[in-house]
Amino acid sequence: MSKALLLALSLIAGPAWADWQLNMNEGVTALSREIFDLHMLIFWICVAIGVVVFGVMFYSIFKHRKSKGAVADHWHENTTVEVIWTVVPFVILIGMAVPATATLIDMYDTSEADVDIQITGYQWKWRYQYLDEDIDFFSNLSTPRDEIVNASAKNPNYLLEVDNPLVIPANKKVRFLITANDVIHSWWVPHFAVKKDAIPGFINESWVNVEEPGVYRGQCTELCGKDHGFMPVVVEVKSEADYAKWVADQKAMKLAMAGEASKEFSMDDLIAKGEGVYNTACAGCHQPNGQGIPGAFPAITGSAIATGAIDAHIDIIVNGKAGTAMQAFKEQLSAVDIAAVVTYQRNALGNSVGDMVQPSAIQK
Amino acid sequence: MATVDVDLPHVKDEDPHHHGPAKGIGRWLFTTNHKDIGSMYLIFSLCMFMIGGIMALIIRAELFQPGLQLVEPNFFNQMTTMHGLIMVFGAVMPAFVGLANWMIPMQIGAPDMALPRMNNWSFWILPFAFLILLSSLFMPGGAPNFGWTFYAPLSTTYAPESVTFFIFGVHIMGASSIMGAINIIATILNMRAPGMTLMKMPLFVWTWLITAFLLIAVMPVLAGVVTMMLMDIHFGTSFFNAAGGGDPVLFQHVFWFFGHPEVYIMILPAFGIISEIIPTFARKRLFGYSSMVYAVASIALLSFVVWAHHMFTVGMPLVGEVFFMFATMLIAVPTGVKVFNWIATMFRGSMTFETPMLFALAFVVLFTIGGFSGLMLAIAPADFQYHDTYFVVAHFHYVLVPGAIFSIMAATYYWLPKWTGHQLNETMGKFHFWLSFVGVNITFFPMHFVGLAGMPRRIPDYALQFADFNSMASVGAFIFGFSQLVFIYNIIQNVRVGEKATAQVWEGANGLEWTIPSPAPYHTFSTPPKVD
Repeated sequence: MSKALLLALSLIAGPAWADWQLNMNEGVTALSREIFDLHMLIFWICVAIGVVVFGVMFYSIFKHRKSKGAVADHWHENTTVEVIWTVVPFVILIGMAVPATATLIDMYDTSEADVDIQITGYQWKWRYQYLDEDIDFFSNLSTPRDEIVNASAKNPNYLLEVDNPLVIPANKKVRFLITANDVIHSWWVPHFAVKKDAIPGFINESWVNVEEPGVYRGQCTELCGKDHGFMPVVVEVKSEADYAKWVADQKAMKLAMAGEASKEFSMDDLIAKGEGVYNTACAGCHQPNGQGIPGAFPAITGSAIATGAIDAHIDIIVNGKAGTAMQAFKEQLSAVDIAAVVTYQRNALGNSVGDMVQPSAIQK
Repeated sequence: MATVDVDLPHVKDEDPHHHGPAKGIGRWLFTTNHKDIGSMYLIFSLCMFMIGGIMALIIRAELFQPGLQLVEPNFFNQMTTMHGLIMVFGAVMPAFVGLANWMIPMQIGAPDMALPRMNNWSFWILPFAFLILLSSLFMPGGAPNFGWTFYAPLSTTYAPESVTFFIFGVHIMGASSIMGAINIIATILNMRAPGMTLMKMPLFVWTWLITAFLLIAVMPVLAGVVTMMLMDIHFGTSFFNAAGGGDPVLFQHVFWFFGHPEVYIMILPAFGIISEIIPTFARKRLFGYSSMVYAVASIALLSFVVWAHHMFTVGMPLVGEVFFMFATMLIAVPTGVKVFNWIATMFRGSMTFETPMLFALAFVVLFTIGGFSGLMLAIAPADFQYHDTYFVVAHFHYVLVPGAIFSIMAATYYWLPKWTGHQLNETMGKFHFWLSFVGVNITFFPMHFVGLAGMPRRIPDYALQFADFNSMASVGAFIFGFSQLVFIYNIIQNVRVGEKATAQVWEGANGLEWTIPSPAPYHTFSTPPKVD
């Protein structure tokens, strides 16, 4: 009963999720509805063919059985029938191909966009760069580790929540330029019917025009390594006025961050801040306890780099290590974050080097 | 067309009735007998089916509830990868080769395969290929974890070190398949009994002939793509490395040029098996024999021009999308013809429902459902919503499990009395069928729903709204998995005991294999039969 009520409520609530959801989301754009209609058209054609085919089959199974005294006929070919059931499906297929091609042409029309956003897949996060504004940020999973390992109750947006969602304006044609930094990812928001592979060395295009403000959630859909299941996509669609305000806020925030970088921090402050950075940016591979995964990701605890010269330690975090999964973090983390995480790694996770670095000393 | 060569000197001086198998382990190591080799292929495939099945159950156990319970994501990825590789290359393909070894000589009236020593070799390298692959589970960094489709650069620059062993294993499997295919073609084209023209061959022989050509065409492509990976990993080339001027999408084109014919390699012999079983139990000749042959041939030809339908979201140009959509939709026509023919065979027949027939009927219904979802996936714009979701997982498991694997089970029950000389225990056979049928549908049908609702494939943990159908699928998987113990029990029991089977075995059975006694003697058709 409560489940039925929940179902009814969630249907009213529109894009809210429903348990026991059976069908594709209709989505929130003209194009997504067009694709949904196409999906339903082909589905019902399949149902109709299935009813006829299985109908005849089950009729024979019930009627033409030996236990009912059925005696087998001797015919085993009929050219007319065979031509008919070759030609009829062919005609049905043409009937499906025509609307499908029309929709495909619409999907590929990325011209005359109002906003251009570059989306870059990283192991295992998304980077959003607004090409016309000076906005550039990373979007990480924000579901607490405790919920994933079943140490605390899961919230309703479990695994579908991020720290910094992509923000786009409603009623504008937004063009996405999709690429990747390391392996192939795929950026998908079911309610937009936008799914495009993010491929290193390629820039793929896709677009969306959402009519209603709201929050829409999706996931990476191309296996991209260990945490493929943990890199959601969250898009916040704002009205034009709210979007303009958000853009202004982002710019103000960026100025404030630049000021932070010249401040002096105490070691305790850096370690405290570094822990948070470590858990978001490093723990995925090097593990929350710093032990790494033998054979795949090296440990931080007792590592030659994290306990050796601090300049080399900063360098590998800033520039990464080519040909491995170790990314360059210079664009992902602020100078404050890098200083904090270096200090944290040297003085926690079982390491106790005792030195620290200030944000002002980080050369990006 | 070459005539049957009965004057091979080493065959001539042997009296088949006084020449049984060698004793001890040597019989199996050095055998060149098609029946022995067929049995070894089948037993090997059953072992792989169990190992791959255990991996599937680990996957389903982890997915029973949201959250990480049993395994780490990295190990989960190893399980999905190894499950796919083992089921495709270790279970389904060797099972069909085993059936081909047993049945093709007996169905065309040949004394053995054309190249018996190569036959021994192509089997015996296979266990080593899989030992190498399985041993990677115990290597530092773990087994391959990049999916059975091993897309670069995840499988090159970012792969665990065991990828080199994976490449070596794939090479050996490929060599084994190519040799098996050459042997089958040589046998079918050269060793048919006098009077058995091509268009008189049983459909199982026809489908295998076409499958063998597919294997020879595409296994070298697979070998090529893994060699390019090897070069990228160890010798500094950049075939698939964008940073070195290479092209990650090239990998997918080459892989799927192999991969799409490969999926037909796993289903065409199944079509042949079903086309043998349905006429037997409907007691009516197969409807539209020649259109069946033409349908299989056109499916095989079309399979070479549809590969990029696996890649609709990679950013192909519009014209590419449209071409591959149309070509893919075309495959529905010959596939439809086959289904219609099977149903026309049943229509106005005189049907009984022994275990092989039940599996065959389930095949027709469930494979057709898999075909419908395949048609939906062919519609490129809709594929943007289906691609890489559980809808795809549901689709290909419907064509592979109640498709290919049910056909293998049907074939096993159908020909087992001929192999062992014992009638089937129908009660136990039906018990196995109904458990499998129910289990398979509880496992895979809900996957359509979670896929459409937006659950991506290959994830170890999922959002809460997918929880209910996932636990249902996991329950089904355990039912299906454990019901295969009944299958093993049935086979072992049938080998050991049972009512003596007649040569005919099934009332409505037709074909040369039913003219020889059950169990089939170690050597059959040393003198070719005459086919009218």
